[in-house]
Amino acid sequence: MTIRVEHPLHRRRLGRNLAVGLLLAAFILVVFGVTVVKLGTGPMAGAQGEVISK
Amino acid sequence: MTDMSISEQVQAGEAGFSDYFALLKPRVMSLVVFTAFVGLLATPVSVHPMIAFASIVFIAVGAGAAGTLNMWCDADIDKRMRRTRRRPVPSGKVAAGEALGLGLALSGLSIVMLGLVANLLAAALLAFTIFFYIVIYSLWLKRVTPQNIVIGGAAGALPPIIGWAAASGSVSLEAWLMFALILVWTPPHFWALALFTKSDYGVAKIPMLTVTHGTKVTRRSIFQYTVVLLTIAVASLFTPLGGFVYLAVVLGFGPIFLADAYRILHRSEEAACDDHFAVEKRFFKLSLYYLFLHFGAILVDSFIGWNGLGALL
Repeated sequence: MTIRVEHPLHRRRLGRNLAVGLLLAAFILVVFGVTVVKLGTGPMAGAQGEVISK
Repeated sequence: MTDMSISEQVQAGEAGFSDYFALLKPRVMSLVVFTAFVGLLATPVSVHPMIAFASIVFIAVGAGAAGTLNMWCDADIDKRMRRTRRRPVPSGKVAAGEALGLGLALSGLSIVMLGLVANLLAAALLAFTIFFYIVIYSLWLKRVTPQNIVIGGAAGALPPIIGWAAASGSVSLEAWLMFALILVWTPPHFWALALFTKSDYGVAKIPMLTVTHGTKVTRRSIFQYTVVLLTIAVASLFTPLGGFVYLAVVLGFGPIFLADAYRILHRSEEAACDDHFAVEKRFFKLSLYYLFLHFGAILVDSFIGWNGLGALL
């Protein structure tokens, strides 16, 4: 028989950790989205195409 | 100390995510997001939706950081006031040091990210806003002058300028007018609140105008600032901000707001007590609608392309 400790403290920590995890994932998505836009519209835009054509 | 008492102590000190979220002052944050969003979209420059979205996100994080740092430095005041004593720091759910650490970390993150996503001017303005709100307002002038609300209003008025700068890379007259609208709107809004919660500010030893100069001066100041606010709103009609929706809001809502300010000016304290500050509470609510409607109108006009009423006149 396994002993399981169910305490409100653990539930609260789980909720907090999940929320922080979601926030970090959202942050990564925002940074990724901005990076794609900046590379597509900034001075680096088309640089990849030029390398391929050479 | 028994196991039980240790367990109880841990439970009391262990904050949930909602407690940390409350530190960010989400209601203030929502106003900052809205006004910064209007500032960003009211520019004549087109911005990529992703850049606009990310800029607003990091302006919101910066506002949350300022709110968190404010919770840290105002914990002693918050503890004494009925309205604020259940906030995470004075209630003991979050340690003051934790609030300070979170506030500083979020400040750094938001400023750096806004600089990378938008531009350095927007990042510098965000940094100045946080500095002004915490050091100049919260730590210094809030505790020493009855003009604290006027000064604090400047920090709350900067988000549309940050939004404008994030989109255009510069700051123009329209951005300053939006700044002026919020700056002059803030004192009557909070003084109306202070009229029906004045005993709390006295207990916390905050030199609110109601405490230092009495309610008569406060009522007169509310009316004076409302007149100035309406003047700025009308003056904005003659700039590119003044579209037709904005015109309708200024002419339709302005007189209602002014009429309530006039009622507040001529009310005695006895009359206010008799009806439980009904007029002051109504004015406080109306002021929220006032700001929302004016900025909403600027936003709608910028979408429709009705900006530039000034050019037509």
